[in-house]
Amino acid sequence: MTPAYRTPADPAEPALGSPPRTILDEADLARIVDRIAHQILEKTEGAADTVLLGIPTRGSHLARRLGERIAAFAGSPIPVGALDVTLYRDDLRLRGARALEHTDLPPGGIDGQHVVLVDDVLFSGRTVRAALDALSDLGRPRAVQLAVLVDRGHRELPIRADYVGKNLPTSLAENVEVLLREVDGRDAVQLADRRDSR
Amino acid sequence: MIRHLLSAADLGRDDALLVLDTAIEMAATASRSVKKLPTLRGRTVVNLFYEDSTRTRISFEAAAKRLSADVINFSAKGSSVSKGESLKDTALTLQAMGADAVVIRHPESGAPYRLAQWLDGVVINAGDGTHEHPTQALLDAYTMRSRLGRIDGLRVTIVGDVLHSRVARSNVLLLDTLGAEVTLVAPPTLLPVGVEAWPATVSYDLDAVLPKSDVVMMLRVQRERMNDSYFPTQREYSRRYGLDVRRLGALPEHAIVMHPGPMNRGMEIAPQVADSPRSTIVEQVSNGVSVRMAVMYLLLGGSGSKENS
Repeated sequence: MTPAYRTPADPAEPALGSPPRTILDEADLARIVDRIAHQILEKTEGAADTVLLGIPTRGSHLARRLGERIAAFAGSPIPVGALDVTLYRDDLRLRGARALEHTDLPPGGIDGQHVVLVDDVLFSGRTVRAALDALSDLGRPRAVQLAVLVDRGHRELPIRADYVGKNLPTSLAENVEVLLREVDGRDAVQLADRRDSR
Repeated sequence: MIRHLLSAADLGRDDALLVLDTAIEMAATASRSVKKLPTLRGRTVVNLFYEDSTRTRISFEAAAKRLSADVINFSAKGSSVSKGESLKDTALTLQAMGADAVVIRHPESGAPYRLAQWLDGVVINAGDGTHEHPTQALLDAYTMRSRLGRIDGLRVTIVGDVLHSRVARSNVLLLDTLGAEVTLVAPPTLLPVGVEAWPATVSYDLDAVLPKSDVVMMLRVQRERMNDSYFPTQREYSRRYGLDVRRLGALPEHAIVMHPGPMNRGMEIAPQVADSPRSTIVEQVSNGVSVRMAVMYLLLGGSGSKENS
């Protein structure tokens, strides 16, 4: 969950400067999800003992889509859950308390499992750091990997993704907007000028 | 979100539902292998208790500790208060020690309001005189919602010593905000002046109200606050306003029985009723920790001052 730089399109508040540029459309997104699903199957040897955990809101929708594709390719379902990291963030004091999202762990838990964290955009790495802290309070996974739709650079922590949909070099003056059907009504990734410079 | 929690009336519908939703997630963390959350690390919460209390103080302390806050317990007994220190001087001392939040229980109605004017930090009212006890109302609402699935449209009957009850006042205000219909049942001597202006109906006949109730909340008869005789004998009170096994049978099948504790078993509530599966008394205690965690997270988790985007 990375709200400050991923402001969903809001008709009441038009972007300053140039209109958003579309980087990925619906078909691109579907291909990327298929590819990452195959990569996960390959790296985890058929996704045995593997759990997908999405970081709300958009990460959990992506995790669900990945889970469906993996199940279709492998022929057997894979546990999918959601992990809210709000209580573990290091920027709560800067941004104010926010509503919590639902954490939903698969019934088997994560002990001894191969956990793949799923998020939409990898930026500073702080969300992933919070997710790793949250995971260690939930149990002891055998290994943790990270899948992201977009890696936009500007890491502030030594964190990298294992599965990347698209590497997208950005400037800090830009916003990466991930739109998903489940939340925004359509699938797309856009690059826009940053509206609020918080 | 609001800055302090002084009255249940401070909470609008959205804020109240935000607290209850947050409390659900907080309750879910209790099943983790590590129950402690790092959220309030480095924050200091002072429990300032001028009145005896076991469950409320322990509940606030447990909630703060589960969120990794540092907790300082201050009880008036054995402190400078017994040497005559005023509330204001105590407040300034706490301020100087860097308290980020003060949880106050005080025998005088309105004390938390005064405190909030003197302190920079967050003030949470944990019961002031016969006035309010907002976190109790929140945990009661949470309990109703988790047992019955909703609050909107519930018929809630609050029985007993409404006059001295801060629980009743806070519950009436919050339940009205959340869309429940509240009926107060009490002897006329135990109803406050101006009760007709409350968003609740008043009845003197418990047996007539019970079959139309989804929730019955029994209040404790507060003998320590009774300087006068409000009713002839305990036996008579118990006969007319106590919840016994026969009256439990008059309730609809789904109805639940609540009590904020501590109970006078055999007085306002029969032991068999208190221990029946329809009683939520033990649940209310564990829900109290989750709800207080939610309140502290929402009031203290952010920057702690004016802005909250």
